Amino acid sequence: MSSTDFQPGLSACPGCDATALATSRAAGQARQGDREIALSLPTMHCAACISTVERGLLDMPGVSSVRVNLTRKRATVSASPDVTDEALTDALSGMGYDAQPLDQATLGADSSDRAARDILMRLGVSGFAMMNVMLLSVAVWSGASDATRDLFHWISAAIALPTIAFAAQPFFTHAWRALRVMRLNMDVPISLAILLAGGMSLFETANSGEHAYFDAALSLTFFLLAGRYLDQRTRTVARSAAAELAALEAPTALRVTETGPHTVALKELALNDIVLVRPGARIPVDGQVETGESELDRAFLTGETDPVVTGPGATVRAGEINLTGPLHVRVTALGKDTFLHALADLVSVAEEAKSRYNSLADRAAAIYAPAVHLLAFAAFVMWMYITGGDVRYALNIAVATLIITCPCALGLAVPAVSTVASGALFRHGLLVKHATALERLAEVDAVIFDKTGTLTMGKPALLNTDDVPPLSLALAAALADSSSHPRSRAIAAAAKGRDLPKVAINDITEIPGHGVKGTWDGKQIALGRADWVGAEGEGTMLTVSGEPPVSFLFEDTLRTGTHALLAKLKARGLPVTLLSGDTPDHVSAFASGLGIEDWRAGVLPDEKAQVLEAMQADGKRVLMVGDGLNDTAALALAHVSIAPATALDATRVAADIVLVSPDVSKIEDGLRIARSARSRILENFGVAAVYNMIAVPIAFLGFASPLAAAIAMSTSSIVVSLNALRTR
Amino acid sequence: MDVLAFLIPVSLGLGVMGLLAFWWTLRREQYDDPEGDAERILRTDYDDHPAD
Repeated sequence: MSSTDFQPGLSACPGCDATALATSRAAGQARQGDREIALSLPTMHCAACISTVERGLLDMPGVSSVRVNLTRKRATVSASPDVTDEALTDALSGMGYDAQPLDQATLGADSSDRAARDILMRLGVSGFAMMNVMLLSVAVWSGASDATRDLFHWISAAIALPTIAFAAQPFFTHAWRALRVMRLNMDVPISLAILLAGGMSLFETANSGEHAYFDAALSLTFFLLAGRYLDQRTRTVARSAAAELAALEAPTALRVTETGPHTVALKELALNDIVLVRPGARIPVDGQVETGESELDRAFLTGETDPVVTGPGATVRAGEINLTGPLHVRVTALGKDTFLHALADLVSVAEEAKSRYNSLADRAAAIYAPAVHLLAFAAFVMWMYITGGDVRYALNIAVATLIITCPCALGLAVPAVSTVASGALFRHGLLVKHATALERLAEVDAVIFDKTGTLTMGKPALLNTDDVPPLSLALAAALADSSSHPRSRAIAAAAKGRDLPKVAINDITEIPGHGVKGTWDGKQIALGRADWVGAEGEGTMLTVSGEPPVSFLFEDTLRTGTHALLAKLKARGLPVTLLSGDTPDHVSAFASGLGIEDWRAGVLPDEKAQVLEAMQADGKRVLMVGDGLNDTAALALAHVSIAPATALDATRVAADIVLVSPDVSKIEDGLRIARSARSRILENFGVAAVYNMIAVPIAFLGFASPLAAAIAMSTSSIVVSLNALRTR
Repeated sequence: MDVLAFLIPVSLGLGVMGLLAFWWTLRREQYDDPEGDAERILRTDYDDHPAD
């Protein structure tokens, strides 16, 4: 096909077949006074999608520039201030893409981007310098002598010293920070080796010496920067994905004024403002109901699956979901006074505890750094004694020891593995937010689950579909069709696809907080709460005047993979505990259905944390999986914690890992990958140890040449990186 | 060995050119969207006709 006969290709995505003419990298030019809007486009996946989105948005009046980032599945739009977020998302859904505006302030990924770019620049500079110096060094190693060797050493020095001064800065600053508080970290021996290698080589060059270690100093810098960069990138990817989740929930509320409801940012609200909460929306503030009747889903706060009735005068809390009728809520608490904020304080306390966790790399550095310094010093003293006070010779050997033991492999051992592991977890739908979460996940020996929203969807499904007479089901489904209450949706879903008698119902009206009623065949019928339809008992009933009521039973639908997850955990021999805030009836039926023996119902948030503390005091390392605000304290306290992406922001913040996939069985994959990663890290430490056992005596006895150092260093780094790739 | 007088500056010059090229790509944000760039190259928008 020549380039001129353009044919739209076959593609799997809507709108992919559109021709596109956007010709600049960023389509269009941003104008003065424009505002920037970030949009999340999760379904975008191909080249044609990029064209469609960029061109489609650019065609809108007021939009001046569009840039799609396919890696992050995001589009950045510059538009004049009168273009609303809704207009953009509507236009995109017209093209066939789900779009969500992202809150720019929450996103704020710029700083970590800049840090990654900074390290990449240093990595590039040290890489180019290393290659050039290596060229010259090869000439020296293959026999250049006298004036030629000195010339080559001088050129190497001219390249290496400025490069070290620039590229190795991150190590110097970290080492200095550690030394100032009288501590040793991995960066201290690194900095010392780089500086001594550079200084010693310069001295040797000036005195026409035979050995110069400029190439070693540079390759050390290069390999270690590569480790740093991997580390940085892994964390940036997870953090920006987590930030995007948070940015999806722009904190806004509908404030009611004389001119009607307006969308305002949460921080602009004042006490005693009236806020409108539409059915299906989450209540944004703590407050009191002014007008309106409805039912609330409190699962996020308490774990209860049954909706709670509310009306004027009732207290509501941020995080509850309004189900049936619109509510006007008077704001009674803001910011620091809200229930949500009290939880956030709890989380910050627990975060501090987690930052004290000693990672494997820290522990290795604690042994390694003093050992290396002692060795180098011992070599110096020994050779001073043997040579009878030849400082230059003794110092040369000490430096060779420092360089050859330098933690090239050690510096790569952890970052290379965690990059591979985080990538694998990311593909399984798990975002690792915390730096040491992977290691902690590998140590887990007990698991605690929350029920509602974690193992279940928090959405009801009709349980007794087959016991309900077909006519009753048909009537109920016809009534339920007009309502958005979760139980109505469940009845409608159960009736769909069944062969039911056709019924015609008139005058259907929904009474918020109670149910739906109508007339059928001249008779009054009603579907709703038992006391409202005029029946004995509890739960949801259907009544047809003059006939006995029909009861509808519901159960929470299981999340995908719940059975698989529990079976796999059992196979691994991990004890599973279920802690739920729901009623004992619900929980016991649920637990026995899944074969969970250890369960507790009606657990208050504090009690969850207490149970967890008791288990940890017994020496258990607990993995807590939960989604509700009532789990937040427990999530923060646990050895490691996972929250599903459907959880509230406050809960996700408290968790170490976010499960983006709807399939909970991925948690088991996470455990497997974490354990594999841990053994790879330990193997890599083993490789580094073996390498040192061979290299140190050679250097100590004075046989190490710059060539030997270069070969040894590269080999161990490559072995360690290859081993990291085995993580899966 | 006189040839060294040419070869060393030449090799250093090539190294510096490579470094400058890298610096330029970094400045132009060419590592921000590897997936998107890989897809963009397959679009026909750019090569429908020779540049005027």
